[in-house]
Amino acid sequence: MSGYVEGILVLLAINVVFAYGAFLPMAAGQLNLGVAGFAAIGGYVSAYLSNNAAMPASPAIVLGGLAAAVVALAVAVPVLRTRGIYLALATFALGEIVRACILNMEAVGGAAGYPVAAFIRFPVIAAFAVAVIVLVSLLFATRFGIAITAVHDDERVADLMGLNVRAFQVAAFALGAGLAGIGGGLYAHHFSYIEAQYFSISLSISIVLYVLFGGTQSVFGPLVGAAVFTLLPELLRGSAQWRYVLFAAIVIVVMVLRPQGLVSGAQMRRLLAGKEQPA
Amino acid sequence: MNRGGRAIFSQQIVNGLMLGSIYAMVAVALTLGIGVLRFLNFSIPGLFMIGGMMTWALVRAGLAWPLAAAAALMVGAAASLLVELFTWRWMRKADEFVPLVSSMAFLILFENLAVVHWGSELQSLPRLFASADWRIGNLVISAPQLVGLLLSIGLIAALSLVLARTRLGRALRTIAEDADTALLLGVDIHRIVPMVFLISGAFAALGGVLFALNYREVHPFMGEALGLKGISAMVVGGMGNIWGAIAGGLFIGLAEVVSIDRLGADFVDISVYGLLLLILIMRPTGIFGAAGTRARS
Repeated sequence: MSGYVEGILVLLAINVVFAYGAFLPMAAGQLNLGVAGFAAIGGYVSAYLSNNAAMPASPAIVLGGLAAAVVALAVAVPVLRTRGIYLALATFALGEIVRACILNMEAVGGAAGYPVAAFIRFPVIAAFAVAVIVLVSLLFATRFGIAITAVHDDERVADLMGLNVRAFQVAAFALGAGLAGIGGGLYAHHFSYIEAQYFSISLSISIVLYVLFGGTQSVFGPLVGAAVFTLLPELLRGSAQWRYVLFAAIVIVVMVLRPQGLVSGAQMRRLLAGKEQPA
Repeated sequence: MNRGGRAIFSQQIVNGLMLGSIYAMVAVALTLGIGVLRFLNFSIPGLFMIGGMMTWALVRAGLAWPLAAAAALMVGAAASLLVELFTWRWMRKADEFVPLVSSMAFLILFENLAVVHWGSELQSLPRLFASADWRIGNLVISAPQLVGLLLSIGLIAALSLVLARTRLGRALRTIAEDADTALLLGVDIHRIVPMVFLISGAFAALGGVLFALNYREVHPFMGEALGLKGISAMVVGGMGNIWGAIAGGLFIGLAEVVSIDRLGADFVDISVYGLLLLILIMRPTGIFGAAGTRARS
């Protein structure tokens, strides 16, 4: 495998993990614009563990994800009091606070960035990405997936049906944050260097774009979205400066034509059942 | 505090208010979209940038600055109409996050078109006003800044008058209550909604023009930092509240300048965004908004 292809595949695998991190809360109807903050927590915690506690990369990355999930659990109670645009803005503020705190933390290099000694290659990252995809698919094949969809479609009805709406929302939020943290850890250990500026609102926005572009109704939406968003700019590379322009134009047009995203729930059911079903 | 220290401090208050008036313009643009359409329009920072960069480009092309500013304003408003054509119009019935995504894509589009045309470097404008500083005691107030502050207050007053008194304002308030009901009542929403985009685009672009004239530095990504501060200003003032936007803008401008002075530049973001988070959780209607029920999302 050439270095170029490996580079793209690594990026693809990391973006897929990030995308599922944003997908879980979104499937429960919450827009998390602070994904980058949780990715930063995972990245920095795992890097600190592998640098200072002589921990191998993989368990350090898992612990980094766990740390992000724990932080998410702690903030979920006040933050999830808000909803809709308010929640999106609250998570956005949260992400910016995490970033600003890291910038002021000298133990992890502050504004100068933080070098990571351990290095992982594509096979490890791919294994993590596949594990995340399998895990989320399995999760959505259980009652959890149905409950989350019910909460997304109508909170009040879900509540009336006896679901603990708040518990499912908190779970989706914290699980998503954990996945984002794992993505951050993978990034840190492949690129050997992290800085707070990378985990900015632009990263959160791109990750959210993957998910909405792919579609939030099916577990395969984030996969398709992340793949299109990682590979499309590479294909458009021919026209170097214009590629982002074209790319944005494609997103705008697709959103007009298919506001539910590329992969919709009805499509997936039809594909899996092999026959028409009412959407 | 000695005398010199106090003079520097009051000078910073003045600077904070001037910066705040630019935040207020962006906040008004954002709050209009949320108040009337419940649409968080992420293309606003892009329109702000268009206002700033067009002013620079036209001044560089030899246009007198008032003409350049007016033209930049019109380009910004026209770009906002383009955003309307591809977002809210189609996605009124879609998932609430979808128009948000498209408006983010417009931000990327505008920024990168600017990079393609003008490059990504920081560009500076020539000094346009020879010596327009007024001195009051030890305070230095630049005339263009003061004009900018008064202009933003005046325009926001005019806007709130339009919303309260005119037929257009009544139609907008009906749409804010419920777009479908407005349609049933005979409000031509596809004629009125572009007006919202036109007005908010003009406010965003005017913010960019004022920024370019006062700070004389523009670049394709200038809208991002300003847009984030504008969002904070909008939240502080209460989303959808026009007067709250200007109060929030001035407040954030002051908070920023004072925290640089007291805590050091490193802690500015922590204090501004910490405040934002706290307000969203404790008092989602904003400091200056009426206390009451949480607005519908």
